[in-house]
Amino acid sequence: MWAFLTTEVLFFGGMFMAYILYRTWYPDGWLAASYHLDVPLGAFNTAVLIGSSLTMALAVHAAQEGRRNQIVTFLLLTILLGGVFLGVKVIEYTDKFTHHLVPGPHFMFDGPFAQQAQIFFSVYFAMTGMHALHMVIGIGLLTWLTIAAWKGRFSREYNTPVENVGLYWHFVDIVWIFLFPLLYLVGHH
Amino acid sequence: MSSHIAPKSLYYAIFLALMVLTGATVGVTYIDIGPLNLLIAMGIAVVKAVLVILYFMHVRWSDRLTQLTIVTAFAFFGVLVAFTLSDYFGRGVLGVAGR
Repeated sequence: MWAFLTTEVLFFGGMFMAYILYRTWYPDGWLAASYHLDVPLGAFNTAVLIGSSLTMALAVHAAQEGRRNQIVTFLLLTILLGGVFLGVKVIEYTDKFTHHLVPGPHFMFDGPFAQQAQIFFSVYFAMTGMHALHMVIGIGLLTWLTIAAWKGRFSREYNTPVENVGLYWHFVDIVWIFLFPLLYLVGHH
Repeated sequence: MSSHIAPKSLYYAIFLALMVLTGATVGVTYIDIGPLNLLIAMGIAVVKAVLVILYFMHVRWSDRLTQLTIVTAFAFFGVLVAFTLSDYFGRGVLGVAGR
């Protein structure tokens, strides 16, 4: 699992590299565009995701102790919080489409830094979109785990799948821990 | 893999620390301290990531090989950034023809 996560670090690393470069080149556009993101919503989502990491850690803990009902409960809570996160993302994406902030022929941005802002939003959608896809895959994995846990497949002796999905889920959380300040908190509010 | 079982209270403590740090990250953007803003935000994010890796992901109790693998992942990200930036910001320094 760690070998896979290593590839994931560099997969997201490429996008972080693009971010670093464009932010260095276009600080003005970055500042102007970042103000269009909703900080309270982003902060709320950060809290939700950290909460889901807690419930995931507790699910792994329950698996280590072989408590079937607790595993199921904490996995369901993790799925729920993951769902809340994606729900908020839907609201945010809808808002971007409504305000013509999606890069492309219909992109509209007031001010002198429209072109730079469009690049910011390209990076924004690439990174948050890829992150959200990882969340969707994670929720799928958690659903499979929940069913397996319900059937009593995990015990003190055998709980590796729970642990590995846990590692994946925490990794996705870490990516967001960096995305939140880099995208939402670029400038002084 | 890791047979170590951490007490639940530890997970709650880490969660609380992460929430406090998230609050600090948001709070600090309302104070204008120029370039320090980014530095502090990234510093807090790194601390949060390290907390998640060490405790939620049990790396504190993992074997040396696992720990080395993780360090290597981030080291190679460092290589990626260092070489890319040295290219972009080193362009034109030597005035090579046909650049």
